[in-house]
Amino acid sequence: MSDMLSAAFITVFITTVIAQAMPLMLASVGETIGEQAGVLNLGIEGVMLVGAYAGFVVTLSTGNFWIGMLAGVVGGVVANLAMLVLNVWLGLNQIVIGLAITLIGEGITSVLYLQNYTKSPASLGQAPKLAIPGLGDIPVVGPAIFQQSGIFWVALLIALVLAFALARTNWGLSTRSAGQKPSSLDAAGGSVMRTRSIAVLLGGGLAGLGGAYLSLITTATFSPLLTNGLGFIAIVITMLSRGRIIIVMITSLIYGLAVAIGPALQVIGFTIPADLIKMLPFLIVIVMLILFARSSVVPPALGSAYTRGAR
Amino acid sequence: MNETSTAQRFAQGFVRSVVPVLLALIVSGLIMLAIGSSPLEFFAGVWKYGITGTNWQRSLSLMAPLLIVAIGLIVAFRGQLWNLGYNGQYLLGAVTASGLGPILFDVLPAFLATIVIFVVAVLVGAVWSLIPAILKARYGTNEIITSLVMSFIAVGVVNLLIKGIFKDPAVSTPQTPVIGDDYLLPFIPGTEIHIGFVVAIALAIVAQYVLSRTSFGLRVDIFGASPKAARHVGLNSTWMVILLFALSSGLIALAGSVDILGQFAYQRADWDPRYGDAVMPLVFLARFRPVAAIPFVAFYAVLATGGTLASQQAGLNVDFLLVIVGLILLFMTITEYLGNRRQLGQSYLPAGLRRTVLQPFRKESERTSA
Repeated sequence: MSDMLSAAFITVFITTVIAQAMPLMLASVGETIGEQAGVLNLGIEGVMLVGAYAGFVVTLSTGNFWIGMLAGVVGGVVANLAMLVLNVWLGLNQIVIGLAITLIGEGITSVLYLQNYTKSPASLGQAPKLAIPGLGDIPVVGPAIFQQSGIFWVALLIALVLAFALARTNWGLSTRSAGQKPSSLDAAGGSVMRTRSIAVLLGGGLAGLGGAYLSLITTATFSPLLTNGLGFIAIVITMLSRGRIIIVMITSLIYGLAVAIGPALQVIGFTIPADLIKMLPFLIVIVMLILFARSSVVPPALGSAYTRGAR
Repeated sequence: MNETSTAQRFAQGFVRSVVPVLLALIVSGLIMLAIGSSPLEFFAGVWKYGITGTNWQRSLSLMAPLLIVAIGLIVAFRGQLWNLGYNGQYLLGAVTASGLGPILFDVLPAFLATIVIFVVAVLVGAVWSLIPAILKARYGTNEIITSLVMSFIAVGVVNLLIKGIFKDPAVSTPQTPVIGDDYLLPFIPGTEIHIGFVVAIALAIVAQYVLSRTSFGLRVDIFGASPKAARHVGLNSTWMVILLFALSSGLIALAGSVDILGQFAYQRADWDPRYGDAVMPLVFLARFRPVAAIPFVAFYAVLATGGTLASQQAGLNVDFLLVIVGLILLFMTITEYLGNRRQLGQSYLPAGLRRTVLQPFRKESERTSA
């Protein structure tokens, strides 16, 4: 058990938790904004993959992780354009479009990756670290939390700013009313189309950012179907968090813990099959769904396209 | 309704079902051009490896599991239950056959063992669907999410089984023992198509009859149209959800066991053909009619059989089929939109699909018919 307490071990453990939690958190925050505005995006899995692939390709060719992250955001926004045009503007079925985006995203990134990178599988190496003076020198916790890449801090900041904006600003109020009662937003002089469009683009950007975080920092490479259901976990977390981004962040951390605990147990001598480790987050999610099924709430207008004057 | 209007409705429905597929094929061709592959080579390859010579027999063999999955999806979708856990349910059925097969064929006559395997596969699938079904019936929890999550868990369980108790000790790669040719499903005389194909067609006809000509089918449709109305005519919605989910999941698991006993004879870890992803759009295009699904499934079986080799020749890989399927879904909704504008035929996107997202966490009893 002495391994368990060694400083290096705990440092690695915390780093893993954060690395696993961040992509999910970013994607869930994006999904939360979309759902609060009344758009359920089942395509998030595909959007994340497009973001992950775009980020991977750009980072590989430019060598700059920041430009890669930006490419991930752009990729996510582009992938979500289908949702914007077909659902928000034309009012077509969200579930079918979402599944289509997921399938196309999975297919196209896999095809492109295998076409271009199979001969020389590429790893990106580590993103440059940003040691925060003073805090970074704290034993154990310092190297784990305060010597992360600068991207970590920017991503965290984005999530916190959006948490504040969604709860406390006029923009947040419009967004939530677009999901709660779109007709009242319309009557108050706001535009449901515009509010939902912004929410969908923001959601796409964040899911793309989450995907890029996954491929650039968490795994430092791309592989076909890299997300392995992470997008669907994001949807569950969004539903259980009732639109509160702080809870989204906490739940994502719990997910990170669930993923990190498998390898950690292996280090201290328990052998756990890799398949069980992969299953663990889903087991936790289903247990959470069983326990909290009664208390989860989603916006009333979720899933329905808004047509002015229609009842 | 007079003769012409029925014919017209059929023609319009036909146009609406075929146009999305054609558009998807055209756009996927453009995508192939954009990423530097030859669409002509791809589609020629699909024809060559999917139809010519004896390849059409391989396509028909693939139809067996695809069609049974389609029937399974139709049963749930008719009742407006969106069972998307098909990948896991399919693999559970497959592992039942590949895991129990080698043991049962030693102790039982082949015919009896086959029947036992099919029954167990159906039961395993049905039991696996209980969690999404009960959560849906009791709390109205969105079954799309729960069935998907259960599917990911099933994939893990299946891999653990194949690497664990079902592993063939003679081989180093994790896979189940190969079932001898003598024990596999027999071929239709004169061909190399196993009788799973006949079973699938028969199931489609039976399902079509049950869903459209019996009181049970009527009940399913009433339940699908409005759970509230169903309660008013005395249907127990809790049991309906559980029964439909069990039937759907059981059929999909049966498809997996048919595929193993008819085609593959063993199962590798991490093998996941994801038939359900491909079949789902086809089920919508067939407007939830089992017999109408047959031509669509036949089309996809050719595309998949030929496409596996053709995509490699055209410098793509098998996952390109996912793109085509996704495009079919997209164009389906667009055709639907344009069709509604032009008052073409009936809609194949029912209100219940919207309702299930609208009120995913509300109790059945509190639901209003949207």
